[in-house]
Amino acid sequence: MTLLSSRARATAGTAPAAGAGGSPKPGRGRRRSWAWTAAAPLFLVVGLAFGLPALAMADGAFTVGDTYGLGNVTRSVEGAYRTALLGSVELSALTAAAGTLFGLLLAQAVVTSRSRALREAVLTASGVLANFGGVPLAFAFVATLGNAGVLTTRLGLDAHGWSLYGFWGLALTYLYFLVPLMVLTVAPALDGLRVQWREAARDCGASTWQYWRHIGVPVLLPTLLGGFVLLFGSAFAAYATAAAMVGSSVPLVTLQIADALSGNVLVGQENVALALSLDMVVVAALVMAVHLPLQRRSTRWLA
Amino acid sequence: MARLNSSSRARFASGAPQRPPTVDRTRPLVPRGLRPRGGSRKSTAASLSAAARPFGSLAGGYGRIAVLLVAGVYFLVPLLASAVFTLDIPGQGLTLSSYTRIFAAPGFTASLLLSLALAAATVALVLLISIPAAVAARLAVPGLRPVLEVVCTLPLVVPPVALTAGLGTVLRWGPEKLSTTPLYQTFVAVQNPDFPFVLVLAYAVMALPFVYRALDAGLRAVDVRTLVEAARDCGASWPRALVSAVLPNLRGALLNASFLTLALVLGEFTVASLLGFQPFAVWIVQASGSDARLSVAVSLLSLLLTWVLLLALTTLGGRRSRSFEGKTSR
Repeated sequence: MTLLSSRARATAGTAPAAGAGGSPKPGRGRRRSWAWTAAAPLFLVVGLAFGLPALAMADGAFTVGDTYGLGNVTRSVEGAYRTALLGSVELSALTAAAGTLFGLLLAQAVVTSRSRALREAVLTASGVLANFGGVPLAFAFVATLGNAGVLTTRLGLDAHGWSLYGFWGLALTYLYFLVPLMVLTVAPALDGLRVQWREAARDCGASTWQYWRHIGVPVLLPTLLGGFVLLFGSAFAAYATAAAMVGSSVPLVTLQIADALSGNVLVGQENVALALSLDMVVVAALVMAVHLPLQRRSTRWLA
Repeated sequence: MARLNSSSRARFASGAPQRPPTVDRTRPLVPRGLRPRGGSRKSTAASLSAAARPFGSLAGGYGRIAVLLVAGVYFLVPLLASAVFTLDIPGQGLTLSSYTRIFAAPGFTASLLLSLALAAATVALVLLISIPAAVAARLAVPGLRPVLEVVCTLPLVVPPVALTAGLGTVLRWGPEKLSTTPLYQTFVAVQNPDFPFVLVLAYAVMALPFVYRALDAGLRAVDVRTLVEAARDCGASWPRALVSAVLPNLRGALLNASFLTLALVLGEFTVASLLGFQPFAVWIVQASGSDARLSVAVSLLSLLLTWVLLLALTTLGGRRSRSFEGKTSR
């Protein structure tokens, strides 16, 4: 990667196509401005549809009355909002951990299988199901395990105290898109575990356990951790599934923001909603700050 | 090195020459005809995967079957149960009425058309802004690439609910602060309920990280610099070099990016519902209040539609790129 880019840079400096015979410097300058112009529309759209709302959010979150202050931000981590934040973190951490484990097992089962058809089918299905969040997913689970759901009525689950419209029901539902997401994340990494490494380990007398302990897991660890935080982020940001399924009976930060935005709670809560959004951004930023370096690290061995 | 990374398919193709030493090391002394298991197999893929599992794995075999069974049950049961829920109605027996009612349901056509229009506009916008940027980052300057990567990662940091909160605040500026300026008309226009352009902007930003990544991966697999320089040497202009030399090599990545965007927009609920518009997903939730079976039926159909679309795209894109790789790798 570094080799490639340094070579690319070298060609960029001396490329005869760029500056017909002139010194390399003006050619590079011309090319540079051309490149920034090509990227300008992207920056414009992102600035309008993302930068402006982000600024508005920060501005509103720190506005109390007519001046700036921390009132909204402190209110957003107290009382019911605190419960909602913690509820979101708890649900996301739990589902991300379960999703990482099951996704890894499923991906390993598929990657080591001899059937190419199975492999293609599972990876394609994962591609669809990882995007199958939101409203349709909520209704599929309501039809299956809701109060009048097929499994609930046929198996008499409600007699055992089962309710889909709570923490565990939501966790079960989230796994439906988190596990496929993990399969998509980890399958390339499992593919990248070279056969030669196993053979080398075996030739040196390593057992299967020792191979995984000293080679497999250390190589996969950045991918697994990166996948975990990715799943955490997806579960943390999810709103549609929960809104369509449980209303606001489970304390989640996304549901609280929506309530506050639509004025369901009290008039004048918009700025607290913006402060809550800011809290979410902080959590999501932490997630990405962990995820991106890990992703870069995981490509080092598995490239 | 870059070619090896490009995709699993490329790795599969270019892995072929490395295979013989691997096989030799695994079963070094047994002649081909005497091999206990691999001898009768003529498929190289089979002997490759046999070599890939050098450790005896009977337990692994049962473990795999158990994992696949559990996964199969977990992923299929909700779909089957939804089908049963919509087809087998208590008191009526088996009936298709949940599905036949769909087209007559009030608001169905309007919301579906709105979602499709939004999806088409979003795909067009996001490709239009990200293709030139991704190619430029690949071709030219060292400085652009990291900046673009950061910009295209930022939307992942702001969850859709938070983005909507910010967008709603910006949209309120219109009536509050700008009502005397010509800009006010723009604020009204982007919120036209028949075609809310503000949703297209929001969706483009939300899709950008995935689209940029897909395009970047696609570009990594082809030698853009050589392609463009060859086209330029043949007298092509910059846009023409881009359209007729680079884009045809990106077919898979473009399909991939378009599909991701399409799936995102067709299923999007958060931004639209909080800003008060009614595309398809929002309509499903509203319809569920009066008719739960109808909304489950629509949900199921939308999943099947997505699935068919994806399969069509992958077979289309897959066949083309495979034949392309077959030609270049030899």
